Amino acid sequence: MSAHADTHAHDDHGHHHKETFVTKYIFSQDHKMIAKQYLITGTIMGVIGVLMSIMFRMQIAWPEQPNVLFEALLGKWAPEGVMDADIYLALVTIHGTIMVFFVLTAGLSGTFSNLLIPLQIGARDMASGFLNMVSYWLFFLSSVVMIISLFVEAGPAAAGWTIYPPLSALPMAQGGSGAGMTLWLVSMAIFIASSLLGSLNYIVTVINLRTKGMSMTRLPLTIWAFFVTAIIGVVSFPVLLSAALLLIMDRSFGTSFFLSDIFIQGEVLHYQGGSPVLFEHLFWFLGHPEVYIVLLPALGITSEIIATNSRKPIFGYRAMVMSILAIAFLSTIVWGHHMFISGMNPFLGSVFTFTTLLIAIPSAVKAFNYITTLWKGNLQMNPAMLFSIGLVSTFITGGLTGIILGDSALDINVHDTYFVVAHFHLVMGISALYGMFAGIYHWFPKMFGRMLNKNLGYLHFWVTAICAYGVFFPMHFIGMAGLPRRYYTNSNFPLFDDTANANVVITVFAIVGGIFQLVFLWNFFSSMFFGKKTVQNPWRSNTLEWTAPVKHIHGNWEGEIPHVHRWAYDYSKPGHDDDYVPQNIPLKDGEEELQH
Amino acid sequence: MDTTVANTGTEGKTWGGGNEPLKASYGKMMMWFFIVSDALTFSGFLAAYGFSRFKFIGSWPIADEVFTHVPFFHGNYPMIYVAFMTFILIMSSVTMVLAVDAGHHMKKNKVIWYMFLTIIGGLIFVGSQAWEWGTFIKGDYGAVQTKGGNILQLVDNEGHRVAIGDIAIDAHGERVQHERKNGLWFVDEGTLPAYTVDEVYNGLVANPNVLIRTQEINAEGHKTVLTREESLQQLKNNGKLVVEGANLHVNEYGTSLFADFFFFITGFHGFHVFSGVVINIIIFFNVILGTYERRGSYEMVEKVGLYWHFVDLVWVFVFTFFYLV
Repeated sequence: MSAHADTHAHDDHGHHHKETFVTKYIFSQDHKMIAKQYLITGTIMGVIGVLMSIMFRMQIAWPEQPNVLFEALLGKWAPEGVMDADIYLALVTIHGTIMVFFVLTAGLSGTFSNLLIPLQIGARDMASGFLNMVSYWLFFLSSVVMIISLFVEAGPAAAGWTIYPPLSALPMAQGGSGAGMTLWLVSMAIFIASSLLGSLNYIVTVINLRTKGMSMTRLPLTIWAFFVTAIIGVVSFPVLLSAALLLIMDRSFGTSFFLSDIFIQGEVLHYQGGSPVLFEHLFWFLGHPEVYIVLLPALGITSEIIATNSRKPIFGYRAMVMSILAIAFLSTIVWGHHMFISGMNPFLGSVFTFTTLLIAIPSAVKAFNYITTLWKGNLQMNPAMLFSIGLVSTFITGGLTGIILGDSALDINVHDTYFVVAHFHLVMGISALYGMFAGIYHWFPKMFGRMLNKNLGYLHFWVTAICAYGVFFPMHFIGMAGLPRRYYTNSNFPLFDDTANANVVITVFAIVGGIFQLVFLWNFFSSMFFGKKTVQNPWRSNTLEWTAPVKHIHGNWEGEIPHVHRWAYDYSKPGHDDDYVPQNIPLKDGEEELQH
Repeated sequence: MDTTVANTGTEGKTWGGGNEPLKASYGKMMMWFFIVSDALTFSGFLAAYGFSRFKFIGSWPIADEVFTHVPFFHGNYPMIYVAFMTFILIMSSVTMVLAVDAGHHMKKNKVIWYMFLTIIGGLIFVGSQAWEWGTFIKGDYGAVQTKGGNILQLVDNEGHRVAIGDIAIDAHGERVQHERKNGLWFVDEGTLPAYTVDEVYNGLVANPNVLIRTQEINAEGHKTVLTREESLQQLKNNGKLVVEGANLHVNEYGTSLFADFFFFITGFHGFHVFSGVVINIIIFFNVILGTYERRGSYEMVEKVGLYWHFVDLVWVFVFTFFYLV
């Protein structure tokens, strides 16, 4: 630290309020603490979501068999230990909702955008710490409402995470369509508000608060990904809000936006003229970009980790940025590929096929750039790197089936089968989860000042990787055999008897994979308190967060904020002693800045 | 760590940090992105409206026949009142611009005056909208809804509308009108209309110059008028319910989705205007108390101004799609 900087240290963050337990750990406005709050809340929601998936997988593998687990956890929904059909649908619905929104949107984006944006761009905090705090607490509130909905007498929402009307619009349609669905909608409305406040903060922080020298072309790819993700969120979540508000009107005030000419139990309802396809359009205008809201942060994290652990500059920085932007743009004009069999005009179907297949181009650019970055690198195979490579693997596997599903002529054959389930779980579910794990292994030292146990990390990765493929690979085959998703039991259809064994295999993998996440949880919570103390820059990384002291201080850096003189990927640069050159190191005399 | 002192040789080329590259403070930029987000919500609604309207493109109510009233005047003045409302709202945007401009020049009294005018404009608009809703809910001539959910209106042979109440003849039915006071309204039908279909039918038989007009739009862009025989036939066979006015279930002007969307979208917009007025009032008092004078900047006025202009702009779209086209 230069003497010059020391003299100004107290000017820069002289506002040391007395911190109480409440302002430090609960209503904190410090982005690092908020990131941890997001992570812990997301983890808890993740445990619930995974537990649900294990339960409904057990029902699929051993249909209508009594089970102590059901009896213990489902109570009245599992009379004599046999899972009820209504609760099966509810479990599928809430599993999807929790994993997509609460774990992979808020848990992933909320954690790493909050942690990394100020630290990597060289800012003391988010633009508005207060709104950031409000954003977290709204997320917390929406999580609580969602969990409360599990305990509603008639059951939680059970119309699928896509909540298509009329199941979601008519309170009498099924058990979960009543108070359960109301709470679902309330929870999501709060969630959207939280997401909006978070995104506004991320966007303006990246635009306005970058440190000196941090031009947009020197931003680490993580920040590019978080930035674009926030923009997609600001553009697409409000349309879900439109759909949800219209749905609430239909549910509670008798309008007919999504309903038309319906009979229930011989009684004619007064609704006329509306269209459930309209809901699908509005929903998927969010729903598809949501996939990239989930995936892009994971891809950004992967870019950073692969470059660091290959000790090589990221291959094609500019192409990576362009492909993030291209994916973001294309993601808003492809929603119709979820609706090929909804009765949409087939001409529109071919338009959506075209735009959907276009997404393969930027996605392939990213996949190739990861591989070329790994090529001949000095690979450091730590758990974060393994999960990042795992992401590249599942991103490719899941992406290839995306080409099949994006084509309307092919999609019609496998629509709503397990083929689709396998596709989206690999390409966005598992990929984003790997990105999240990679990020946790990589930035755990930054968050908690301690290292995670490496060997437990290896164990966690390999079991997870084998089980993830063990679960989702066979699903492609049973999907092509025509097995429909979301069915309570397949044993009533002799046609599907052949898939029964495959379903048992899948469930066994799911159970093993689920149990081994306990290894991660143990590692996470024990290392938080008893892990090895970290050095300041454990991965010998270039980005600015590793120039900040290990011990968290409000304002991130003592003294002046570091200035930036180079991009984030000067690994193994000739002419330097170390194989990494942090961004705050000035160019040497005559040194060329790498033009990317 | 030696981080910052050396000359990099890249000064002037690189972004200098904290400089507001878009020339906007973070607060103002947040307002802009919030507006983007809110605009998308409205786009969702308007797209849904367009989707539904195209589904009923052959029978959508004609706005000129729906919004014909002006307070204190009787007669047919299509679009006059909504033009007045729109004018007021746009003028309130003008006064808001003047308030922001006065803020830039730190002229406190001028800011107060123009903010006041803006608030008054907003209140007039919200009040007018309430009146517009009231008129729409109360209805005009009444109509008969068919079993298929279509609307049959009455016209005389010169094409002028005829009110249900003017021709209905008491059919000596036994039904009591359901009203809130006799406790029947909630059972299963809502409040029963003042007339039954039979009474309207009797009236139609007794008035040979009255015909039925359906909601279908013919090649000339008018609603189709049936012949005398067809009219009697249609009312007798298909008439189900007399509809007066509009609400979220039925709509005497045509398809019920028209009323659903009208109430929802103008309501959502009205809610925005109302919130805007409340925010403006808060800012107004802050200006009076001199908060921004002490702060040395009236940027807060500018931020709420952005919101106010946005709400006005949304109205231009709502107005266009509901009233003009």
